Order: sequence, then structure tokens, then C-alpha cells
Amino acid sequence: MSASDVETLMRDWEMVVGLEVHVQLKTRTKAFCSCSTEYGAAPNTNVCPVCLALPGALPALNARAVELATRAALALGCEVHPQSVFARKNYFYPDLPKGYQISQFDQPLATGGQVEIGRNADGSPINVGVTRVHMEEDAGKSVHDRFPGATAIDLNRAGVPLIEIVSEPDMRSAREAGAYLRVLKQILEYMAVSDVSMEEGSLRVDANVSARRRGETKLGTKTEVKNMNSFSGVERALEMEFVRQVDVLEAGGHIDQQTMLWDGAAGQVRPSRSKEGSHDYRYFPEPDLPPLLLEKAWIERMRHDLPELPATRRGRFAEEYSLGDYDVDVLTADPQLADYYESVARASGDPKSSANWVMGEVLAQLRATGGDIGTFRVRPHDLAELLRLVRDGVVSHTAAKQIFARMVASGDPPAQIAEREGLVKVNDDAQLQGWLDDVITEMPTEAERFRAGERKLQGVLVGAVMKKSKGRADPRRLAQLLAERFGT
Amino acid sequence: MSSVSSTVADLRGNTHRGTVGALDTVDSALDRAKAVDAGRDGLNIFVALDQGHVRTDADACDAFRSHAEPAPLLGVPVAIKDNLATLRDPTTCGSRILAGYVSPYEATVIRRLREAGAVPFGKTNMDEFAMGSSTEHSAYGPTRNPVAPDRVPGGSSGGSAAAVAAGIVPVALGSETGGSVRQPAAFCGIVGVKPTYGRVSRFGLVAFASSLDQVGVFGASVDDAARTMEVISGRDPLDSTTADVPVAAYSGAGGRSIRGLVVGRPTEYFPDSLDPRIRARCDAALEKLREQGAEIRDVSLPHTELAIPVYYIVAPAEASSNLARFDGVRYGLRVQGQDLRGMYEATRSRGFGDEVIRRIMIGTYVLSAGYYDAYYRKAQQVRNLIAADFASVFAGGVDVLFTPTTPTPAFAIGAISDPYEMYLSDIFTVTANLAGVPAMSQPIGRVDGLPVGGQFIAPHFGEATMFAFAYALERALGQEAHT
Repeated sequence: MSASDVETLMRDWEMVVGLEVHVQLKTRTKAFCSCSTEYGAAPNTNVCPVCLALPGALPALNARAVELATRAALALGCEVHPQSVFARKNYFYPDLPKGYQISQFDQPLATGGQVEIGRNADGSPINVGVTRVHMEEDAGKSVHDRFPGATAIDLNRAGVPLIEIVSEPDMRSAREAGAYLRVLKQILEYMAVSDVSMEEGSLRVDANVSARRRGETKLGTKTEVKNMNSFSGVERALEMEFVRQVDVLEAGGHIDQQTMLWDGAAGQVRPSRSKEGSHDYRYFPEPDLPPLLLEKAWIERMRHDLPELPATRRGRFAEEYSLGDYDVDVLTADPQLADYYESVARASGDPKSSANWVMGEVLAQLRATGGDIGTFRVRPHDLAELLRLVRDGVVSHTAAKQIFARMVASGDPPAQIAEREGLVKVNDDAQLQGWLDDVITEMPTEAERFRAGERKLQGVLVGAVMKKSKGRADPRRLAQLLAERFGT
Repeated sequence: MSSVSSTVADLRGNTHRGTVGALDTVDSALDRAKAVDAGRDGLNIFVALDQGHVRTDADACDAFRSHAEPAPLLGVPVAIKDNLATLRDPTTCGSRILAGYVSPYEATVIRRLREAGAVPFGKTNMDEFAMGSSTEHSAYGPTRNPVAPDRVPGGSSGGSAAAVAAGIVPVALGSETGGSVRQPAAFCGIVGVKPTYGRVSRFGLVAFASSLDQVGVFGASVDDAARTMEVISGRDPLDSTTADVPVAAYSGAGGRSIRGLVVGRPTEYFPDSLDPRIRARCDAALEKLREQGAEIRDVSLPHTELAIPVYYIVAPAEASSNLARFDGVRYGLRVQGQDLRGMYEATRSRGFGDEVIRRIMIGTYVLSAGYYDAYYRKAQQVRNLIAADFASVFAGGVDVLFTPTTPTPAFAIGAISDPYEMYLSDIFTVTANLAGVPAMSQPIGRVDGLPVGGQFIAPHFGEATMFAFAYALERALGQEAHT
């Protein structure tokens, strides 16, 4: 099944997608106890009576988790409610220690948000509604492949705070679903509420998808697709499930409301064996936790203190730094990169060169080493200093690239490297004249032709001096000296 | 020196002065327990009583001796209901499913007792997971009533009540969900206190019905109970449902007069069907209160008759969820099955007794899709009406209510086999749990040699006033309370 096949089907059929996204909040401790949330610790080491559900243990809500959840909800345009209620979602599973998950049900933290995922051809925004954002706790992990014939349980993850972000069924293609997820991820990164890593499981996506004939206004029966571990996996899974549904419907069949599992290796969806749809979770208000009461003033303060949203930042970068769309997109893709760029631009006073350097040398370096901007050796004020050295004529552009390479390696300030490595530009006339004498002696033919008026040879002669000076000669002064000497 | 006749105040003072050692106190209590508890005809109070553990804790009391002020419960042995998490003795809730389970942490109330100089003294028998009113539904067999060994001690905290009534310890901890402290206190002729919901931490109390559960106290006297209540009360960051309300000096309420205060006599608690001898005892107690200067006023709590049906929806619903953690995966009993589901079923049907299974089934049913609105939601609405009854009476100028604690004295072991009939023994006590208000039972005399309990019910966090009445009544009744 190829993309063009899907496009053919989509002439007659419409795909309707809603997404449920679970995001782990970046708190130091768990949602209801003080165990560490560290990822990758030895199995069952980040556990205590509360998250092990020992008899008599009770939950106590992590205030930081509430802050991060509120921040995320506000960033998604939701109304955060002054009162929300925790509820128990009851089901038996070995990695769910209490036999219920503390979640929110009929009174969630926040409702009624919206995110813009792109623009239509006419410039109008494509919006996806956010039905609700609620808080809950993660379950542990069942490990099926560690011990033959047995399942191992790791409860380190049990009780890690999550938010579930439920979208409206507003997406009409796999591409829109992918765009929604990328925008969502970027917003959450900007809010610094989560690591949003699908690989580490800090962001997980379940998709509800249905198909209907174009022009039909009623929603078709949906299935839930799970087990995707990348955004492109979500897109491919949605297309495969859409094609499967349309095949069934075109053959006169009907869709069963069921859970489908995505098999990324096989590129297929298949029905889940467990009867997830038939669960009766017996929700009721969690009696161990009072209703979550948030003062309106507190919510407003959280709104006021919200970090800058990606869209706002894009607009500001275009305006303040006169950057083009492409530069803005690259520089704002990641909030830390944007912070880095902005620091360089402000410290150097040269937004354009800063953009060139960050998008060029810096990103190339990070790509080459797989490094992270947060721990990148060259700090913004040092890069800005290097840019100033170039602008003030202290070092040449060529030398600057060498200095940068050494900054990456050592983390030393650029002026110190330039001095130490003798990369400071030479505009001392005596030294320049000496190099020039050598070059004229070594290249008599070229010198003679230049004197005779062959101007294009200036580059050759200057280049020869630059090489001799190891890039230190000031090319502008050199050109002047050359002109003076030959009276041109 | 024996603990049998010692009050909390005496033990504290004597231990501090050094006229009696904590070790001597617990040795006497251990001797007493050995004498009355073991064997076929024994009372079967303790499900765990380890001499070594008790003596180690008693030794630790010496560290308090150097303090200028005696610790509030210095040298006082306190028997602990088996659903409170303790560090060395097992915590089994009277259930096979937790046989041998030792908690790696201790309940907040136990820590507070220890910090107050008390000595945790064994674990006491109870109806399994606190579900019952007779302490017959225990994996360890029934506990006998020390006053009349062919009778039940009441339940579910029957072991703790019996430990005090048998003169082994002056105080004990129990827990309440629908009357599990007050009813056994009444049956055994001692004092039993159920504090305001949120007054005492539930951290480490194995949950039955979280919105109703509270740790409670048994005392041989009002003062013993008041002093213990002072120690265990107060906000606990580990229990989000505890309230940040200052703890009054409950034992200081003994000096307060009740003159001019108003005692409400709710007519619903004195139905025509009430045993006339119990009614007579209550009337006599009310007369004593009147003599002390209190005004007695007839009041009405019109939704009282709905309390039992509401309770038997709310409590099982929460229990069905709270008991889900006993699944054989992490601790306690595991019975292997064909597959995961088979293991769950085998473990839980083997591990839980009939009454527990019955309540899990009821609770699961009332929370199920399609039934939630008809049962659980409706029950919560009626629960609000019951709470509003109390609020309106107290807002009308009533300081406390006085009622019989139970409709009958202790019944014979094995006499009640119909679960619903058993449920009705809590008819006068469940209301306080549903409304969250404090209540206590104290002895007000005997019928056919069996103790009768009178109950005070106070407004939220009105424990100090409640104790003032209890002290006054205890003083006024004197030996009449036990004859």
C-alpha cells in the first residue's frame, strides 16, 4: 500500500482522527510519593510503600506536577478549572499495583483548548480542538522477554505523573495527525513540562480513527490504534488502518469498535487480543485525595508566567531580528536552540551573522557529534565574542572558523585561542610588505602581468600572501598595499 | 505493680518518677495476657504478641525518663488493631491473604504513640478487613467478650476492646468505618472514641472504606481515651484527608462544666422497638446530665433510617477498590492458577473470607456501568442529607447528641448468621461515619450483667466538648456505669 493509493481512496473517503496523547511530566519525584522519576534506574529501585501499594499507604499529591500540568493546559489554550477531581480507574493488571489508576474522569483539570497545526492554501489556520487535559499516574512496566515463561514487573514507572491530552476528532489525514503531534511536542518542549520522547516513552500516542464517505456528516465507527513508537509510525499506522476500514466498508461490511495494534516492523495493523473495549473501569471519585482546588489568582499567575509559546517566538524572531521564514523555522524548532541563538544575537548585536553561525557551524557540529545544544561546549557569549572579533577585524573569517573548531574542543574563549594560536589578523604594514616581497619574488610572471593591468590576478597574489600568513594577513590592507606598490 | 488497675495518668507519672519501670508494666501486661488469652477457653484477643518486641519497645522508654516533662503516654502499653501497619509484628487484618505479612513501614499513629513514650503491645484480633460487628469473621477465629465469654466482644475492633476490658492494657487503638470502635466499646463496657473524619491520620491504616475510615481509641476510662486521642490527633502530610485544625487539650476537658449546654435527644435513635432496659439506662444517663445543668432537648435527624442502606453501598464500593491490591502479585498469599486471571481468582477466593467476598461483590456491582447512578451516586446524595441533618441540629444550638450506642447488648457467639441482621447492630453508629462527625461510647450501666453503651455525637472537630460531656457523665454515674 503506497501513499498514492491512500490518496486515491481519499477522493471518495474521508479519514477522521482524534488523538489521545499521554505525556510524562518532568518532575523530580512521582505524582503521589517522593520516589525519584529517574528513567533507566535498576528495576524496582525507585519504589516505596505508596507506589508499591503496600497495605495502608496513601497518596499525597505532588504540587509540582500540578504546576506543570496547568502550564501545559494553559499553553494548549485550555480553561483550567478551579476545581477538578481525582478518580479511580479500576482494573486488574500486574503492573498496576493498587488495582486502580488515580486519574481524573468527569471533572478534569482543564478543557476546551485549541492548537493551530498549519495553514490552508487560502492562509486560514487549520485548528485542532483539545477536548481536555487531565492528570493521572503512570503504571509500571511488564517485561515479557527477560525471563522465559514468566513476566517480570518493574514498578519504577508506577506513579510517575502524566497528563493525558485528548483531541477532538478534527484531523482529516495522517499528515494532519503528524502535524498536530509535532506542534504539540514543540509546545510542550517550550513549556519545559516534559522530555516528550517517544523512544523513552515520555510521550505516547493512541489514535482513534474512522472512515466515512465524503459528504457524510455522521462519524463512522472508530477503532483505537495503539503501539506506535514514532510520529511517522503514527502516520503510517493511521493510513494502514484507514485503508483496512475502507476495504471493509466498500465490501459492504461494518467496522467493529476494537483496539488495533501497530506492528512497525511488518508495517501492519492487527486486532489486539485483549478486549480493551469491554472494560468497565468502575470510575468513582478518589476518596484518598480531596478535590484539587486552584485559586483563580494562582491560575492567572501561571498564565502570566507561561514561557513564550513557539508561535509567539516565531513572530518575534521574524520581527526583532529580521529573519526569513526558513531561518525562523530552523532557529525556533527547539526552544533551547532558540534560546542559544537569541543569546548570541543579543550579545553580538548582529542577528544576521548570529543566525548564519548558529544554523551553519553550530548545527553542523551538533549533527556531526550527535551533541545537545544544552551541553554544547561553545557558550553563547563566547560565540558572540568570536563574531565581534570578526566584525572588528581582529580575526579573519577563515581564522574564525579555525578558532571555532578549537572552542568546540576546549571551551576556551575565542580571544585567548586567537592569541595563543597566532590567529590574530596582521595589519602591520611592515610584516605585510615583507610577505608581499616574498610572493613577488616567487611569482614574478603573475606580478608582471598584474602591473601590466591584468586586475584579475590580484586575487591570486593576495591569496598567496594569505596562504603564506596562514590566514592572518588582513586582505583589505593587503589589496591597498598591492595597489600602492604597482601604482594602479 | 500491675497494669490492670493503672490509669494512663498514673502509669505516666509513676514511670517518669521511676516508681514503676516500663519493663515491669509490660511484663505484668504480658502475664495478664497469657493468663486470659490462650487455650480453648481463652479470649483469643491477640493475633500477635511477641514478648521480645514488647520488651524491646519498653526498654526504649527509658530514654524518655530524662525529659523534664513526662512524655504524654510514658510507659503506657497500647494494644494495636491488626489493620494498623507495625514494623515487627505482622499486619494481617485478620485475613489469610495477609498471613505473615510484615509491613516495612509503620502507621503514623503508631509512630506518634512511640514518640509519646507509649509501648505498642501486640496486634489484636478483628473481623477480616474490619468487615463485621462481632470479631467472629477472622481467620484466627472469634474473640470472646471478657465480661461474658460466651458473648461476642463486638467488632470489628473486638480484640482491642477485649484487651482493655480484660485489664491487660489501659488503652488500645481500633478503627472505625461504621461503628467498629463504639459498638465493641459498648459491648465490653469501656470507652470508645471515633474522632472527626480527618482528625487522625489514616496513613498505615489498611483501608476498608476510605471516606469513612478513622483510627479510634479504646480506654478503660474517659481520661485514658482522651489522653491517647491527644497524642494521635493532628494533620499528617502523608494523609491528604487530615485537617489542619489545632488539637485541643481533650484531657483538659475534664475540668469543664456542662452547665447551660444543650444535649439533643434524637427521637429516631429511641424507636418504640428499642429494648426498654436500654432505653431506661439512656434516660437515667440523660437525667444525670440534666442534674449537671445541661438542657435536654428532643431533636430529629429525619434521614437516619436511610443510613444502613447508604452505608452498605458506599462502604462496599470503596472496599471493592481498596482490596484490589491484594492480588497475589507483590505480597501476601499467592495461589497459582492456569494463567494470570486464574492466579487472581485462586488467590482471592482462597485468601478472602465469605463476608469480604460478599462486600467486594456488592461494591463491584454498585460501581458498574449502568448501576453507578442508581446506587453509588444516589447513595452519596443521601449521605449528604444525613450529614445535613446533623449540621442543622448543631446549627440550632445543640452542643452534643446523646443516644444508645447499640440497639442490644452483646449477643452470643454464633447467634447471628444473617448478614443483614448483623448489619443492623451498627444502626446507631454508622450515621456518624457517614456524616464525618466525632462520636464516642461509654458504659452507662448493665442489662442482665451485660454492658450498655451510651453515645455522644458532636459537631465536626467538637471532640473537646464531647469529652467534657463524657467526663461529666462518667463522674456522675460513678459505679452505676458498671452495674
